[in-house]
Amino acid sequence: MSTATLTAPEDRGQTPVTSPKRKKPGRVRTVAWHAVILAFIAVLLYPIAWLLGASFKPANEVITSLALLPESPTWQNFVDAVAGIGGTSFGTFLYNSLFIAGGSVIGNVVSCVLAAYAFARLRFKLSKLMFGFMLMTLMLPHHVVLIPQYIIFQNMGMVDTFWPLILPKFLATEAFFVFLMIQFMRGLPRELDEAATIDGCGPLRLFYYIILPLARPALITTAIFTFIWTWNDFFSQLIYLSSPSNYTLPLALRLFIDQTSVSAYGPMFAMSVLTLVPIALFFFAFQRYLVQGLATSGLKG
Amino acid sequence: MVAQQVNEVASPQPGRTGSGRARKGSKSKEQTGIAYLFLSPWIAGAVLLTIGPMVASLYLSFTDYNLFTAPEWVGLDNYIRLFTQDDRFMSSVGVTFQYVFLSAPLKLAAALGVALLLNRPRKGQGFYRSAFYAPSLLGASVGIALVWRSLFTDDGAVDSLLSSVGINTGGWINQPDYAMYVIVILAVWQFGAPMVIFLAGLKQIPQDLYDAAAVDGASTWKTFTSVTLPMLSPVIFFNLVMEIIQSFQSFTGAFVVSNGQGGPADSTLFYTLYLYQRGFQDFQMGYASAMAWLLLLTIALFTGLVFKTSGRWVFYAGEDK
Repeated sequence: MSTATLTAPEDRGQTPVTSPKRKKPGRVRTVAWHAVILAFIAVLLYPIAWLLGASFKPANEVITSLALLPESPTWQNFVDAVAGIGGTSFGTFLYNSLFIAGGSVIGNVVSCVLAAYAFARLRFKLSKLMFGFMLMTLMLPHHVVLIPQYIIFQNMGMVDTFWPLILPKFLATEAFFVFLMIQFMRGLPRELDEAATIDGCGPLRLFYYIILPLARPALITTAIFTFIWTWNDFFSQLIYLSSPSNYTLPLALRLFIDQTSVSAYGPMFAMSVLTLVPIALFFFAFQRYLVQGLATSGLKG
Repeated sequence: MVAQQVNEVASPQPGRTGSGRARKGSKSKEQTGIAYLFLSPWIAGAVLLTIGPMVASLYLSFTDYNLFTAPEWVGLDNYIRLFTQDDRFMSSVGVTFQYVFLSAPLKLAAALGVALLLNRPRKGQGFYRSAFYAPSLLGASVGIALVWRSLFTDDGAVDSLLSSVGINTGGWINQPDYAMYVIVILAVWQFGAPMVIFLAGLKQIPQDLYDAAAVDGASTWKTFTSVTLPMLSPVIFFNLVMEIIQSFQSFTGAFVVSNGQGGPADSTLFYTLYLYQRGFQDFQMGYASAMAWLLLLTIALFTGLVFKTSGRWVFYAGEDK
């Protein structure tokens, strides 16, 4: 190991515990540090703040102005956005998005936790083979199975319905969450299983009464990420949904893009804001889980 | 990290094999039964939505298929056409490579830099982490891609800012030389996800090593290159692999910024965008399938390369070989 040269001297026990590295940094440095970080955050969050401001700007102010605050704020953009587009109301888009995201959350959590329990805690013949395959699908680009999947759903008459977007989630096709839960369950002490088995618990009861409650953090992480990813997922929705009454919010936003006239910008930004609200709410409510779940599992945003 | 986890999981659980009791008798039968019951959704998905479609897609890649008439076998035609007659394909490959090679290193560098800044416990740490992480969640949405499109448009906010300091670019999204950078910036902006993973990795590094480095009088830079970087290498490796896999498949940003066209002058014609155009706008399903398989091979090749070279630069604690 390359760090071997830096290993501590043998008499480490006698060296004082407070090494110079751990000294409290000076006040000036601390202030400077906070200033740098805050400046960085300001730049980083500027586009979001700009979007918020733009959603309240009248049409003539929207595009060119760098200013965050509108000179003459207006609600009109939100009124127009909620009125909908192409004869379909905002409520319909919202309902569609919520329905698909909600269905996906249920599907993913249920199917993935079942599969994960089998992989993590049960012994069966083909477990190695299946596990290897599951790991492989982690890296498989979606595009490889995309076209045949589309053909399958088309033959079943399911294109332009929500089925192609929700059904796969009930079949644990998102290997990442299976993997996440397996990793989590493997961290639970085996002694639990043994104790429960001695007490006469079968694998079913062990799952329901012991593993499932303990795995709650992993389930919550899965639920949150599934919701956000499905909510943001543009590609699948673009492919499978064609009639505006089935459109989700991302697709509805795309309809707005086609109206490139300047007057449509305000409502478009208002709608963008409304689309981001659920993600922001989830973020604020669960940020602890999000950051932890990410850190412990290597999950990506 | 990945390799370590894979090894760990793939090997049979040692604690269990010891107790031979569990193996025989009705208990293991019950376990097998329940295992298959619990796995049945996953198995159905694997067969119907993964293995079956993979075989079908490989087959379709050798056919001419438009979704309405039966596929017609054309052998290697699609692949040959891709490489010899399709200029747009070649430029989509170039565009995608450019994107991957720009965005992945920049994003990881930003993630590592900020992680190092945030590593020492200070007031407001939780808030800072969340603030840096927020773009990773929002950035994948069409709403934010629209913001980018508007900020970088001709006469847009960025353009007017640059003009005010005397630089006239005339908008970025409408110029082939600049359009790509709009999408790269959008990607790098979302460095929060790898950053959190870096932070977790930094926490794992034993303080002893830093103490020892301090005792040896190592400079900050020396400590960084001799302690932090090697100890963090498994995490760097993990993030790099994830980033490569993801950025090759990037779609939404390019689609929204270029209004689904991949323009101007195909300068943002990402691979997946071109695949979408061929498959779902022109209904050349066989052709698009061939593209999908080339994407799989490319990703496998690059991930393989990273894995292969990883022996040289990834260090696992407690691995003395």
